[in-house]
Amino acid sequence: MTASRDTQTTLLSVEGLGISFGGLKAVNDVSFAVKPGEIVSVIGPNGAGKTTLFNMISGVYQPGAGRISLSGEEVTGMEPHLLARRGMSRTFQNLQIFQSMSVLENAISGFHLQERGSVLADLLSLPGSRRRAKAAEEGARKLLARVRLAEAADREAGNLSYGSLKRLEIARAMASQPKILLLDEPAAGCNAVETEEIDHLIAEIAASGVAILLVEHDMKMVMRISNHIVVLDHGEKIAEGDPATVSRDPAVIAAYLGAEAQTGGDHA
Amino acid sequence: MKMTPKLATLLILAALVLLAPFLFPSNFYYRVGALIFVNSIAVTGIVILTGYAGQISLGHAGFAGIGAYACALAPAHFGIHPALAVVLGAAISALLAWLVGRPILRLKGYYLGVATLGLGILISMMLNNERQLTRGPDGIEVPELGLRALLKGWGLDLTNGQFWYYFCGLCMILGAWLALNLHNSPSGRALRALHGSEVAARTVGVDVARMKLQAFVISAVYASVSGSLLALQNKFITPDVAGFMHSIEMVTMAVLGGVGSVLGAIFGAAILTLLPQVLTVFAEYEQLVLGLVMMLVMIFLREGLLPSILRKLRRKGE
Amino acid sequence: MSELLQFLFSGVTVGAVYALVALGFTIIYNASDVVNFAQGEFVMLGGMITWFAHQAGIPLPIAAFLAISITAAIGVAMNKLAIEPARGAPIVSLIIITIGASIFLQGAAQLVFDKQIHDFPAFSGNTPIRVGGATILPQSLWVIGGALAVFVGLWIFFTRTLLGRAVLATSNNRLAAQLVGINTNFVMTLSFALSAGIGALAGVLATPITLTAYNVGIAFALKGFAGAMLGGMGNPKGALVGGFLIGLIEALTAGYLSSQYKDAAAFVVILLVLFVRPQGLFGRKSTDRV
Repeated sequence: MTASRDTQTTLLSVEGLGISFGGLKAVNDVSFAVKPGEIVSVIGPNGAGKTTLFNMISGVYQPGAGRISLSGEEVTGMEPHLLARRGMSRTFQNLQIFQSMSVLENAISGFHLQERGSVLADLLSLPGSRRRAKAAEEGARKLLARVRLAEAADREAGNLSYGSLKRLEIARAMASQPKILLLDEPAAGCNAVETEEIDHLIAEIAASGVAILLVEHDMKMVMRISNHIVVLDHGEKIAEGDPATVSRDPAVIAAYLGAEAQTGGDHA
Repeated sequence: MKMTPKLATLLILAALVLLAPFLFPSNFYYRVGALIFVNSIAVTGIVILTGYAGQISLGHAGFAGIGAYACALAPAHFGIHPALAVVLGAAISALLAWLVGRPILRLKGYYLGVATLGLGILISMMLNNERQLTRGPDGIEVPELGLRALLKGWGLDLTNGQFWYYFCGLCMILGAWLALNLHNSPSGRALRALHGSEVAARTVGVDVARMKLQAFVISAVYASVSGSLLALQNKFITPDVAGFMHSIEMVTMAVLGGVGSVLGAIFGAAILTLLPQVLTVFAEYEQLVLGLVMMLVMIFLREGLLPSILRKLRRKGE
Repeated sequence: MSELLQFLFSGVTVGAVYALVALGFTIIYNASDVVNFAQGEFVMLGGMITWFAHQAGIPLPIAAFLAISITAAIGVAMNKLAIEPARGAPIVSLIIITIGASIFLQGAAQLVFDKQIHDFPAFSGNTPIRVGGATILPQSLWVIGGALAVFVGLWIFFTRTLLGRAVLATSNNRLAAQLVGINTNFVMTLSFALSAGIGALAGVLATPITLTAYNVGIAFALKGFAGAMLGGMGNPKGALVGGFLIGLIEALTAGYLSSQYKDAAAFVVILLVLFVRPQGLFGRKSTDRV
């Protein structure tokens, strides 16, 4: 499987990525690739370096080693807002919702790249500024409907349930029409129903051609929806492949002490 | 036309400016009113910087100082009309804010507070020390704006107090209109987004450094215009306009009333401007009361007076 | 040469006062993550209360002791009444609360005492000591000695005593400290008492040289804060070195450049430090977690 992956259509490629904090190697020499419309999951025990890896890919941390390219262009260490312009978007493990805004405004914020213009036009509320804002609002309402939050549009975001906030973050991330979406534990803290909703949502987004890079603890979900899985342990990649291959991998089973990976394997 | 919060705020402000004079016991209150409006302009700038973008400045009086001294010095040295001097002061403030803001705004929280404080103190120190130019701590006179005479020629005869009252009131409403426009615009949303979560704002494509800088420059212009109007109105200005206490007053007014909303912050400006005027008998207690008010409001009404009052009313209504 | 030495002497003297204020900042910052803008008022209170008690006929050492105790009590009251109720508030709110406390204390000092400038006698007379062509006042030695003694005292307290270690543990991780049974509220109280007491001591030592009045606090707060920041916020060694450096920079600016702009020097240095090395000379870089 790995060998047959077509490098021509690679959307995101990560080569030899690494970072240290205070002399400790949090992530070391990790490489993998993501193709358009593919769902790639990064799994591993707690503290394996998954979120750190995400933070490097999305420009929040500056990698200490290795390179990242997006659509064939090197983007290593590029600032998040520049990555957003190149089609990368993400959600966060511990929610980063704009608390004091309404749900609708949170979603509109996702359209920043489409709606932004000159600050003078905004101060004077010139027709162009209003037109851009209106278009963004329409887009945001459509997105909210897609994640089933249309009814909550005018509520203050801080008052939403956890599962709804997770979906709101995905909506906000989708607003910039990314080519690749990084989801950091989208189902963490959600109940079974909410998890299933998010599960469907992810599959739907991938079906529309957007590549998805996923960090998730819910093994059932990972095994069910992933096309490809990268397994990290102690900051290093210990295995990679399709769900069935990975769940049979002895190194992976050892890393997870058997139990979790086995149940995951049953579902694959 | 739909009654949006923006329209409601503007109508309330306009009604207050126009109706308040009917309650004035003496002409002296035109002057108090004009002072409230001048402070409101500076405070509206703080709403954009602190309320929208979440960045603190403890040195904005420095920009008020630039605006004020531009009106005193530019007409005398370059023969510029005082009205143009207001624009010149605003331009210098904007340029300085732009230059200094780039490095300063990388800082956060206390560090940003102290860096801006230092900037304000440097400006006030220059106004105090460059005696050949500014005549130092004793202050300097400012020329007449001349607009009142112009209005008189058109048949609108206002007393000096009335003129500044209505003129500053108009400027305040104009400033509020711009700030309210910004609030729901793409730029305003980006500012509020980076206030909520800087990292999330970055990932939706907000150029955080650039947006913060824009907010800083805009709020500096507000402070500068406020300083200019104060100088032109008093026809005299001292370096106190740029002093540390003035910077603190600006932030306190905004936070007292509610830094998240233009109307709230203007409410705060009104209260803190009125307080010493009404309590002149208690002049000795002024600092004591000011300090106490600052602490109590921040401890018990963290959002500020107006939002807290509105919330209570809404709850009662339900 | 003797001129330079003279500037250095005066720089080290004011630097010692700034170092004490910076140490006060550091103690509270470590215990509560609050930067206390009212720190300078403790210096003012130390000087003013000592003057007040002394002119009322109380012997100087007892007056000084009273001043330090009363100021420490005011520090504790400030923590209980203004800082603890605002736990978890945004930084903007905390800045306003501590600046409010600062203005409040100034207002109170105006009412209780007066608006005049005061001093009291130096501890060991006013005969200047000649050193290498320059002179230094005996009181300067008291100030410098005081700063060093406080630093050594704090170092022993934080590294050698159980209580001091409890304070350090709380500053590292409040929750964990609570879990191992440390009374974190008591640690906060202690930190404010200690910090206010050190501030007052600075006021007691410095007043014979710098004089005092109800409004001297803010300048001490700003310079002390500049020193703490220069050294690296939260680092006692940094506070000591930073405080002395600010004093030296100020004295050299006044001596060689412009006495009018000596106050500007501290801020220019601070702005430069913030841009070049925001974590200060001894601080470590931090990484945000998301």
